[in-house]
Amino acid sequence: MLHRFANPARFGRIIAAILPWGAGASVLLLALGLYLALFVVPPDYQQKETVRIMFVHVPAAWMATMIYAVMALASAVALVWKHPVADLSAKAAAPIGAGFTFVALATGSLWGQPMWGSWWVWDARLTSVLILFFLYLGYIALWEAIDDPARAAKAAAILALVGAVNVPIIKFSVDWWNTLHQPASILKLSGSTIHASMLYPLLVMIAGFTAFFVTVLIIRMQRELAARRVRALALGGSADS
Amino acid sequence: MNAFARIFARDASLAFRHGGGAGLAVAFFVLTVTLFPLGIGPETQILERVSAGVVWVAALLATLLSLDRLFQADYEDGSLDLLALAPLPLALVVLAKCAAHWLTTGLPLLIAAPVLALLLNMDAGGLGALVLAMLLGTPILSIFGAIGAALTVGVRRGGVLLTILVLPLYIPVLIFGVCAIEGAISGLGARPHLLVLGALLLGALALGPWAAAASLRLNLD
Repeated sequence: MLHRFANPARFGRIIAAILPWGAGASVLLLALGLYLALFVVPPDYQQKETVRIMFVHVPAAWMATMIYAVMALASAVALVWKHPVADLSAKAAAPIGAGFTFVALATGSLWGQPMWGSWWVWDARLTSVLILFFLYLGYIALWEAIDDPARAAKAAAILALVGAVNVPIIKFSVDWWNTLHQPASILKLSGSTIHASMLYPLLVMIAGFTAFFVTVLIIRMQRELAARRVRALALGGSADS
Repeated sequence: MNAFARIFARDASLAFRHGGGAGLAVAFFVLTVTLFPLGIGPETQILERVSAGVVWVAALLATLLSLDRLFQADYEDGSLDLLALAPLPLALVVLAKCAAHWLTTGLPLLIAAPVLALLLNMDAGGLGALVLAMLLGTPILSIFGAIGAALTVGVRRGGVLLTILVLPLYIPVLIFGVCAIEGAISGLGARPHLLVLGALLLGALALGPWAAAASLRLNLD
């Protein structure tokens, strides 16, 4: 199953077929989700209009963690089976993940200014997302620093796996740190009780963000595949198709 | 085991000899901690409040600066290739080098730390926890650092990259190290934090050398 997709040419055809569907789905879902979030959802009785930031913030934060998991999984596949496409997908996913992490941080900060009265609070979640952002940056920097693509792929895959082992530990330690240093001084969200009128737009936005991620990932991977073929041609060998 | 002991002794003696740089990490540590009162101001209460964090952060940075010693020189003169070909598994070579690195960096930091903590007016009740936490924490710093150093060995401008790769991994050690000291001072007890540090150390000992050896091997191709 895995090896069916190991052929870059076949893989390229498959993702090219998925691309228009992903692009269409992301346009439709994001348009619908933004319309619901900005115009249909009633303002929160406590947070007023700022609650609308949540419809961008929560999906972005969700994507930030999910993309790291995708990256770690692709890296494991690349290391174990030496799968020639998996490391490319991990490489292509990293900047998108860093972008979503940045969006999550920026929107969280914009939301925090009116709600908490400060742009940045050393809240456990904010802090761990910030650390996740640094992990992404390190991963991207390692790819950039090593010239030989095969070596860079392996090094980055090891780093992604080391990071994946450490992310839960870091998250746990930051939660622990936060409970010790800041005993519930900030606004407590009422947990999972979210009203249906807000839940559905949120789910639509999450689906839209996911479709957007898939679309951008495919575009980036097509570029990587093309770059790899150009490199192979430039080296005088035959293209790896 | 003989080979392990020899690599350990070789690395330790190289670090202690002229130009090895074993003392530099401690000098950096002392200097960084000295900068904090100059920056924050000499009020003893504020210094007491930040002492645990300052000592730990400075220890983290001092360890970070010494990490390029782990593999870089051996990579440049080619002895790393020979070590990789040796019958001893590369993971054990890494472990021996980490042990030597800890002896020449972690241990001096551990000895200097209580003195610096006193300079910062740390409550005497926290000193024991500080020493214990550093005893458990500094080997983790060496092992995590070895993964980063192995990934960046032979990489252009590897030093800055190493910092970005390794510092996020050091965060749990920092948090539990500081919490242990504050727990001991506040009377809540340092035990849970020390136990978590111990668990982290065991995990790092089991997985770290393996990951670092894999990274070294790909950089030696």
